[in-house]
Amino acid sequence: MAQVALRTQEFRIGSPADLADYQQQILSERDPNRPVLIVCHGTGCLANGSPKVADALRQAIARAGLDAQVVPEIKITGCHGFCSRGPLVILQPSGLFYQLVKPGDAEEIVQTTLIEGNPVDRLLYVEPRTGEHIVHDHEIPFYKHQQRIVLKNIGKIDPTDIRDTIAVGGYQALAKALSTMSPDEVIDAVEQSGLRGRGGGGFPSGRKWRIAADNLRKNPGPMYIVGNGDEGDPGAFMDRTIMEGDPHAVLEGMILGAYAMGATQGFIYVRMEYPVAVRHLQIALEQARSLGLLGTNIMDSGFDFDIQINRGAGAFVCGEETALIASLEGRIGEPVPRPPYPAEKGLWDRPTIINNVETWANVPLIIDKGADWFAGIGVPHSTGTKIFSLVGKVNNIGLVEVPMGIPLSRIVDEIGGGVPGQDEFKAVQTGGPSGGMIPYALKDTPVDFDSLTKVGSMMGSGGMIVMDQRDCVVDVARYFLRFLEEESCGKCLPCRLGLKAMQEFLDRFSKGQGTPEDIVELQSLGQAIKDFSLCALGGTAPNPVLTTINYFRDEYEAHLAQQTCPAGVCKDLITYSIDPELCNGCGVCRRICPQGCISGEKKQLHTIDSNLCIRCGMCFDECPVDAVIVQ
Amino acid sequence: MPKVTTPDIDSVLEKYPGQPQFLISLMQDVQSLYNYISPQHLDLICTHVGVPRTRAWSVATFYKSFSLEPRGEHEIKVCLGTACHLKGSPRIVESLERELHVCRGQTTGDLRFTLDTVNCVGACALAPVVVIDEEYQPKTTFRKLNKLLKGLAE
Amino acid sequence: MTKSTKKKASAPKKKKSEPTKEKADFIGFTIEGQLVKAMPGWTILDTARHYGFHIPTLCYHEALKPVGACRLCMVEVRQNGAARLMASCFSYPQEGMEILLNSERVQNGRRWLMEMLLAACPASPEIQKMAREFGVASTRFTAEDPMEECLRCGLCIRVCEEIVGAKAISFGSRGVTKHVATPYMVPNDACVSCGSCVAVCPTLAAQTRLDKFRGDLAQRMAHGHQAPHAPQAHSAPF
Repeated sequence: MAQVALRTQEFRIGSPADLADYQQQILSERDPNRPVLIVCHGTGCLANGSPKVADALRQAIARAGLDAQVVPEIKITGCHGFCSRGPLVILQPSGLFYQLVKPGDAEEIVQTTLIEGNPVDRLLYVEPRTGEHIVHDHEIPFYKHQQRIVLKNIGKIDPTDIRDTIAVGGYQALAKALSTMSPDEVIDAVEQSGLRGRGGGGFPSGRKWRIAADNLRKNPGPMYIVGNGDEGDPGAFMDRTIMEGDPHAVLEGMILGAYAMGATQGFIYVRMEYPVAVRHLQIALEQARSLGLLGTNIMDSGFDFDIQINRGAGAFVCGEETALIASLEGRIGEPVPRPPYPAEKGLWDRPTIINNVETWANVPLIIDKGADWFAGIGVPHSTGTKIFSLVGKVNNIGLVEVPMGIPLSRIVDEIGGGVPGQDEFKAVQTGGPSGGMIPYALKDTPVDFDSLTKVGSMMGSGGMIVMDQRDCVVDVARYFLRFLEEESCGKCLPCRLGLKAMQEFLDRFSKGQGTPEDIVELQSLGQAIKDFSLCALGGTAPNPVLTTINYFRDEYEAHLAQQTCPAGVCKDLITYSIDPELCNGCGVCRRICPQGCISGEKKQLHTIDSNLCIRCGMCFDECPVDAVIVQ
Repeated sequence: MPKVTTPDIDSVLEKYPGQPQFLISLMQDVQSLYNYISPQHLDLICTHVGVPRTRAWSVATFYKSFSLEPRGEHEIKVCLGTACHLKGSPRIVESLERELHVCRGQTTGDLRFTLDTVNCVGACALAPVVVIDEEYQPKTTFRKLNKLLKGLAE
Repeated sequence: MTKSTKKKASAPKKKKSEPTKEKADFIGFTIEGQLVKAMPGWTILDTARHYGFHIPTLCYHEALKPVGACRLCMVEVRQNGAARLMASCFSYPQEGMEILLNSERVQNGRRWLMEMLLAACPASPEIQKMAREFGVASTRFTAEDPMEECLRCGLCIRVCEEIVGAKAISFGSRGVTKHVATPYMVPNDACVSCGSCVAVCPTLAAQTRLDKFRGDLAQRMAHGHQAPHAPQAHSAPF
């Protein structure tokens, strides 16, 4: 790292020509044919031990005493997206893809692949439906069906070395804009591209920028640009991946925005639960500054702009733009009513543009390849791509990028590989706690802003949670309400009191208490909360409840009329028992039961006393032969 | 845990200009250095950035990452994100509460462990995830956690 | 009905050489079908009250900046063929708006709010009276604390900050555990015992808490306002 700092200090980019020269210099120092072993260090792989894999590979390579020309470089990158298969190791330039790699595999990889030039079959991805081994990443269905344009660099570059970013064309959009486009033309391009906010609101970005620029003209003074990296939706990690894996995409986008609108100060607000993202952004800022790409007189254009990083302090509500602004001002994160919108009066009452980091990452692409190119991807009112975190009951859990308008079923089946053990999903939740559940019957819904809103859900930030028959919609609705209750700022009555009120209904439903009239009342209460809440946290909180009532009414009625939870989740309505055919008498359940209500002799059938059972589910979780049944 | 001595706090304060907008960043630094924000430090922070104590106290109690009381030596954070929820993280929280005899958000009497929940750490493929001292434990079960905690207690 | 003009009612245009109140500066719109005119700087609520329309409020006080927190003052705004709900205390009218004070959506929101408030502040006769006005006599929701009267409107905090300047109280925690308190919940010597918080409080909540805010008066006077400077840390009631 110190070496990097030293190198970049020798060079200052003062023009597009300088940038091209620097890129050439970097490329000339690299042998395009030299193999590169990429070890994914996205959070998922990191937690699964990828650093140990990288170390093992380094040691194995050193021991092998390879020729200098063929010694591969080991590169640490951000998330490749195929998180359920990590740790991932990819050999470039061929794209040879190894999954579930352990440190112990290092020797074999060096011997079989690097020296003998053959793949290690057992580390290859196996297509579950055909059983065939697939060698290269771009042939794997998970990747093949995606359109990775915003994510294009992630997994290929070292995010802590700006030279990697420059080598693949980073900052060329900025150079182009500063030398050939006026600020207004940059706004034009963003407007014509049709880019809509990727954080959840889906507001046309260009239009927002235009409003801010107009306000600034009417009211000269400071203007601020903010990158919203608060990504609070549970199950969402798109922004994290971008900030960790390609931080310069965000920086370049924000610098372009600052140029377009006339800002001199920017902020990136990163939730504190993402320390690696904060670190990578800080490194990126330092390196960009040292090259003259950020700070005073950017690229010798006379335009000044710098970025400060602020960390969240543990409040989901700070993803809401006015609460975010409050947090930047050093206050509690309470939203304020809008209008006025931040584009008119935001941070310190000045025009402020807040965009999600994924939105910012799209901007350099639009400037580089043109608005028409961007508008040609996706569908007319939802142009471009969207990154989703596909999680839950799906075979291929990970990060996917697809063109807008793709049918939901293609994401779940072709890319996600379907639901494990089942043919159909039960529901897909999009939009996190603000969104709604889309039932299997609507599986062909195009995934774009307006189509999702039409079916009662919303795009949200990109969390896509797949549920199967073992997930209870009443339970999931309760889960989201509990989540929001903890995160509500408490300022307005409809949210502070309403979340609890809706929970009272659902808690009773989960116990089998309530009447069909209660369901109607709950819908009315939900509507009241939607109408009266001050901000979108409260305003969208009823969505999971209302969509589940809409699409899964029979499941609610089963709870109330038949006192059953069809998915086997709601504690008061289920019983646990042990299948006599599967039980092997190992006694794990008996030892782990906190109530001591499981009895049985060694190697004999064990039984649960349902009168004492508190339905904690530990026996179900821990049984090595899956003999515990839930009904 | 580092000793709380005035020279240390001064060097932390010096990193920030004396303006209200730096209240939260300053508090974050103090929180991570001392594991909590003492009343003395809160007052020093207030004076430095120029805000009334009411505002600093509001901020300290509004944002969940701040603690006005000392936290445990080891921080256990159980992720309650949706993917982890579907894979049983609520049961893990309950079992840890029983094992450690604390409720979520609390610290054990011997100041060894603080049990917290957190809403999604973005590692959904590893659900259910528990973060212990900033290290991610993938696909946790109560048994695995129990072993880990017993190891830490020694 | 008013002719809808293209003029947007944003900041009032003031020309130094002309009187500030010109007929052209008024914003014309309707409330419940009646033509009304707002002076520049009037909110929808200001205008409605000027004309004698009744809009309930809890967190609004004419001496303080509006915050739009209680949401009781919500009205339905029809404009350009679309309808949306806005907090009238915080929103400025635009030319040609049609304001409805009692539409179905407004009534639905208000009745649920009152029912929830009855459970949140079971000890407050003021809340009960207001609820009855909107036809809500009882609540199906659980009353957590039968003695509670504070609805967290924040008026006490705002008057202490904005008008008195003592800044002795603020909100602690957030969400359902949000509460009005002095730092660390020990009496704050910044409190000057003016009683403004009691004066603006819509219930008796501030009155019951006043002694907690200012502490023992006799003690304070004896020690010359030297309440402990660095109080013991207390855990907030999460």
